[in-house]
This record gives sequence, C-alpha cells and structure tokens, in this order.
Amino acid sequence: MDPMETIRQTFFQECEEQLNETETGLLALEIGEADSETVNAVFRAVHSIKGGAGAFKYERLVRFAHVFETALDGLRNGALEASPAVMKTMLRSADLLADLVREARGDATVEDERLETLRGALAGLAEAPSEPATQEADAFAFQPLTLCLDDLGPPAPGWRIFFRPTADLYRRGNEPARILRELAELGDLDVACDASALPLLDAFDPGGAYLAWTIDLTTSAPRERVEEAFDFVVDDCDLRIAPLAAAPESETPESETPEAETQNADPFAFTPLSIDLPAIDAPPAPEASARAPARKPEISRTEAPVSQTIRVDLERVDRLANLVGELVINQAMLSQSIVEAGLPRASKAFDDLSALEQLTREIQDGIMAIRAQPVKPLFQRMTRIVREVADATGKMVRLKTEGEATEVDRTVFEKLADPLTHLVRNAVDHGLETPGDRAAAGKPEHGEVRLSAAHRSGRIVIDVSDDGKGIDRARVKAKAIEQDLIAPDAQLSNAEIDNLLFLPGFSTAAAVSDISGRGVGMDVVKSSIQSLGGRISVSSRPGLGATFSLSLPLTLAVLDGMVVKVADQTLVTPLTTIVETLRPKAKDVHRLGVDQRVLADRGAFVPLIDIGREMGFRFTPADPQSGVVIIVEGDGGARCALMVDSILDQRQVVIKSLETNYQQVQGVAAATILGDGRVALILDVDRFVAGAAACSQPPLAAVS
Amino acid sequence: MSMKTMSMTILTVDDSRTMRDMLNLALSEAGYQVVQATDGAHGLEVLRAEKPDIVITDINMPRLDGFGFIEAVRQDPVFRRIPILVLTTESAPDKKERARQAGATGWIVKPFNAEKLVSVVRRVAA
Repeated sequence: MDPMETIRQTFFQECEEQLNETETGLLALEIGEADSETVNAVFRAVHSIKGGAGAFKYERLVRFAHVFETALDGLRNGALEASPAVMKTMLRSADLLADLVREARGDATVEDERLETLRGALAGLAEAPSEPATQEADAFAFQPLTLCLDDLGPPAPGWRIFFRPTADLYRRGNEPARILRELAELGDLDVACDASALPLLDAFDPGGAYLAWTIDLTTSAPRERVEEAFDFVVDDCDLRIAPLAAAPESETPESETPEAETQNADPFAFTPLSIDLPAIDAPPAPEASARAPARKPEISRTEAPVSQTIRVDLERVDRLANLVGELVINQAMLSQSIVEAGLPRASKAFDDLSALEQLTREIQDGIMAIRAQPVKPLFQRMTRIVREVADATGKMVRLKTEGEATEVDRTVFEKLADPLTHLVRNAVDHGLETPGDRAAAGKPEHGEVRLSAAHRSGRIVIDVSDDGKGIDRARVKAKAIEQDLIAPDAQLSNAEIDNLLFLPGFSTAAAVSDISGRGVGMDVVKSSIQSLGGRISVSSRPGLGATFSLSLPLTLAVLDGMVVKVADQTLVTPLTTIVETLRPKAKDVHRLGVDQRVLADRGAFVPLIDIGREMGFRFTPADPQSGVVIIVEGDGGARCALMVDSILDQRQVVIKSLETNYQQVQGVAAATILGDGRVALILDVDRFVAGAAACSQPPLAAVS
Repeated sequence: MSMKTMSMTILTVDDSRTMRDMLNLALSEAGYQVVQATDGAHGLEVLRAEKPDIVITDINMPRLDGFGFIEAVRQDPVFRRIPILVLTTESAPDKKERARQAGATGWIVKPFNAEKLVSVVRRVAA
C-alpha cells in the first residue's frame, strides 16, 4: 500500500482513540470528576486531530478542530468555566468533530448549518481575540515574509550580508557555519570573518559569541531566499542584508544604508579570514559514519518501549483463527485414526495426542485473546446516542455503564454496534418519560439508562435498561391486533405480550418519530443478534422500566461441547450450558398431561425433553431409563432435561454456521465437522429451555 | 553528502502516531535514521540511549511537554548544542517565542510536506 495511505489509516484509527479520549474527558468534566490533566488530555486530543487533519488537508475538520481547540484552551487556562451550558456545547462539538472525522473518511456528510451553528457557539465561548477567521489565518498561513520595497528595482547581482550572532544563537543550537552553507547553495560566497572581538584565552567564555561575518553572496536569488537562511536566528543576531553593488569589484559600501555603513566599517578594517566551506562540512562525517554501525541494534532496543503493542491487520488474525479451527478438526481426525488403528489407550500416541490437544487449545485461547476487545468504546459511543436522543426529545437522561472492561470477540463487537444503538435509542425515546411526566410520577427528573456487560457461563450478556414507564402492554397488544399480528381474542401472558415487540412489522409509534422510527424494528435487532448466535429477551415492570438483555457467544469460532448420540444422529451440546448428566430413575420421571414428562431433580421438577422426537429423528417416545439425561440451563437460569441415547465424547468443536451454508433450523445453533469428517449439529439449548418453559409453565407451577 | 545523511539519526518526539509515522516516512525516505519517542519524558530516555544528531519535537504532549523537554535537553551538557526543531501548528508568536526561550533551534509549521520538512532539517543538520 502507498505509505501515505497507510498513515491515513493510522490517522483515522488515532482519531477514534482521540475522539474517545475527548468524550470521556468532557463527560468527566461535566460531572466534575475531572482533574487538571483531564482538560489537558482533551485539548491534546483535539489538537492532534487538527494536526493530522492538516497533513491530509481535511480543511473543514481542521477549521472546526481549531475553533474547538481554542475554546478548550479557554477551559484549560481558566478563562472559561465548565458550566453545564458550556459543557453541553463542548459535548456537541465533540460529536460534530466525530462526524467531521467520518466525513473526512468519506462515511458521512455534515451539514454546513450545523457546523456554522456550533462554530459560532464555540467562538462565542472563546474570548474575543479568538475570532475564528483571524485565528485560522494565523495558524495556517505561511511564515510572513517581509518585503522590502526598495529591492524592487533591477535585480541586484547579489547580496552583502552582515551577520553577528549573539550568544543565544549558539545556546539554541544554531551554527553560523550551517547558515553559510545554506547561503552557499544560493550562489558564490565571499566570506570575511571578524574575529576581533575574541578575548584572550583566560577571558574566553565557551558560551559566548565573539565572531561576526560579512558575506558577499553573488546570486540571482531574491532577498526572501537569503532571509530564509536566517529564519531561525533573526532574533539572535545582528543581521543586515543589502544589495551588492552592481560592480562586484566595488568594495565601497555606497549602496548600503547609512546604518549598515557604520556597522560594516569595522569588519573591513581587518584582514578577512577566508572560510573553506567544505571543510566545515567534512569533519563530522567520519565520526558520524563510524558511529552508525553500532547504532543500528540500539534502535530496535529503544523502540521497544515506544510500542508495547503492535498493530496487525485484522485479516491476518482472522486467517490464523481459521487455521486453528482447521487444526482442531484435523486433530480430531488424527485422534479418530489412532482409535481406528486399534492402538491401546495407554500407548504413547494417546499421550502425544493429548499434549497436542493441550497445545491447540492454548493457541486457540491465545488467538481469541488477540481478537478480544473491551466493550468500552462501544459503550462510549452510546453516550452520544443518549445525548442526541435526549436533546431531540427534550428528556433528561443519565447514562450509567457497568462492566466496560468486559471483553468480547472483535467480530461480535463490530456487529453489536447497530443493535445496541437501536436499543439505547429506544430506551430514551420510548422507555423514558419526559421530565414533567417523571416528576408527576414521583420520579427524579433525570431518567436513567443503564448499560451493563458481563461474562456469564461462557457468554457475554449485555443489558440495556431504563427506569422509564415500562412496556405499555395494553397498547402493545392493541397495536398487534390492529396490525394483524395476533388474533383479537388471543390470550397472552405478560411475557408473550412483551415479546410481540420482536415481531416483524411491529411498531407502537403513533407517528414514526425521527429518532426510533428509522424503518428498523426490533425484529431487525433480534435477527442481527441471532445471526451472532445470540438471543435477546425483554423484561418490563410497569412504571419502573424495561430491560433488554442480549446474550452472545464469546467467540464465533469454537466451543467446548459434549458429543452425544440420538437416534443414530450425532449432536453437540455446548458444555457451558450443561449442569449435570445423569441416568434417570423410573420414580423420578413424572407424566404431565398427554405428552409431557418432567424429571424430579434435586427437589425441583424440570421439563424432560426427548431430543429425538423434538428434532424429528424418530416418532416413538424414548424410554428415559434407556438413555442418559443432560440437565441444561438456559440464559435466564431456567433448566430442562434433554434425553439422549448416549454420550460419546467431550471435545472442542469448530463452529460452522448453518445459516450461511444452509439455512436456519429451529433448535440448531450451528454445525460442526467431527473427526470422522461427518457434520454434527450443535443444539440450541436455549431454544429448548424456552420452548419447555412456554408450554409447561402453568402445569409446572401447579406441581411445584 | 548522501553518506553523511545516511548516518544521521533524528529523534522525533510526538504523542500522535500519525505525526510520528509521517515524520518517519519523510525522514527515512530522505535517508535519515529515525528514532521515536511518544512524549517528552520518553524523549529524554531515547535521547540518552540513541544520542541522535537532531531532535524534532511536538509541543503539546502528556507527561512532559515540548517546552519542558527542550529545557531538559539543553541542561544536559552532552546535548547543549544539538539542533532541536519544534513542530507547531501555531505560528502564533508567543508559542514560538516560548520554544525559543526554552532553547529551540528552529521550527516546522504543521502541516508540512516532506520536501519542506527535509529542507528545514538540512538547514540545521551538521
């Protein structure tokens, strides 16, 4: 790739980090939890974005970042107080800055009006001298060059330069020799050095400045070019530049200004010392090149602390993850072959195999760790959504987050953004009441939206909850009837009514609002979560709020499973869902109604599910005592007992999506390839648990 | 000349990865060795370990900013005369003046192009 293009990518990556930093810092400032470093960090972040944007000529981004930075500077130096109104403008500006970054990347467009409004607001915050137009001009204009009008005559054959450095020039690391070298590039030099000010050795101060030069430069270069060579030192020297007299022989300073004349009177009184320029250049060379070979290894050593992290193309990691998946399958095949070869269990081959298994697992874990990333940035993005929707709806909202450090696979992370955005938007728009309504209901005016993430039995669970009015079940049901989604006389439990929200085409919004009604319904949220192998559920308490829970697999690549046999089919039960396995006793199995059975297990009854029949592998019910029962637990903590014929093995399996390769099948989460090359289906345990709970809830309640 | 630039090492101190990458690209294409640091404090470590020939530093950085960094460099007898260029978006005179007071040799106004950067570096290169 073009190196500049690579840097551009880096720039955008860095922008994301800096935008996060900006937002986090501003939020901390808003609630008064900031220390002095916070505002500095925010300032630096915006400043960095501006710097990078300038390099890539993203003018709009640069200009806005500049105004923003100026306002932040006010906050930093105390000229501006972090009042709620100020912070609101700051946060909006951070949002706009994020959008301008997106615009620069080509992913969005920002309306001029919005830009101008905020720019005006920011400029209003910043003090008078920071008037945006002039500020910009200052920052981005090139070095102003002084034009001397009396040079406008016929071009001079060159310039006579008088140059006397002060001690500060040396102190700042400048060197007259280097300036002479630069001048030499413009034309021929005739240099006279005045060493008359050199003191005797005992009075010599090594930090002092004792030399002066008179330089006749024969060149067609304009005065500006000559001045440029002195750019860094103009304030640290006595400098005079005058056109050389037309005749180079003429040493008399007639053409010079009277002031220069007096200045130059001295230098010409002494014998000029001629300076051999190449000689100035040469000495450092051998020394420098002698040092060079030794330096190379040092570079890598000191670069290590610079980056404790490396950036790797995601594709490479994905490729590695895929390869490990193949490795797992291959290893399963190998173990199958060893079994088939009839080697004794105690043989070395088995030992080696289990060592291989261990290593594969470690590699697997390692790769998953590389791909894992905390949900924090995702949650941070939500703060903005909350802010925007709150502004648009006139609601007062606080976002609380929990478990931001919870890590999730990158693929999951990326695909989570949209559903989460939708849920958060809904929570504010539909869930929370207006401040007035809240006050009337005896609630604090500020509504609360809570985002939490946690690992629970091998899955990541993300909750989006609000303390609003909860789901209006009467209205939901009425809408569903109106939209022909359910029969008018349908008898539905509260949970069933809540779940109507996920039906395709369902919408309660009387008028499609600007915020939530973007043509994306909860059904889309649900299916996108499902496509990640996840589930979504809702619980609501009228008047107290609603919670949407997402449960997702930690990884999309492998899982630990128990391989079981049911009616000659091989199935896999995810290990994380299994509570225990047992051989049921006849006395523990109870009939329930016509077709259902429950199993008494540790003092509770759990629905007994005949997997063979449920999956359509056979039609006659199996005898519970002839097989094995696996007690599994769903996301919600509900359990059920799955009847299988036998347990074959416990192993790591590579998840292959059934949906992408075939289609979604009820009760099947995914598929895998076993060691013998056969495809086995992975059971969707939650589906069974939920199904069992739905059809047996009332009787179960009666039993227990 | 080319032999000499090949062997010359430049330390760039900037907290922005983008900027470090850009400096690195432009300078290494021009034949310089580049060593990097992420802030002033880190810059001092790398400076002492690598003994570069030229330093280019940003102003706004965490831990130790450009002004403090330059002052510290100038206090070290070994680096009292090393050319230090300051990266600045502000051509605002006060910023430049403060950098000069701290002991900066010259400045590079951001945004810069590679050509301009290298010409400024060459101006202060021994």
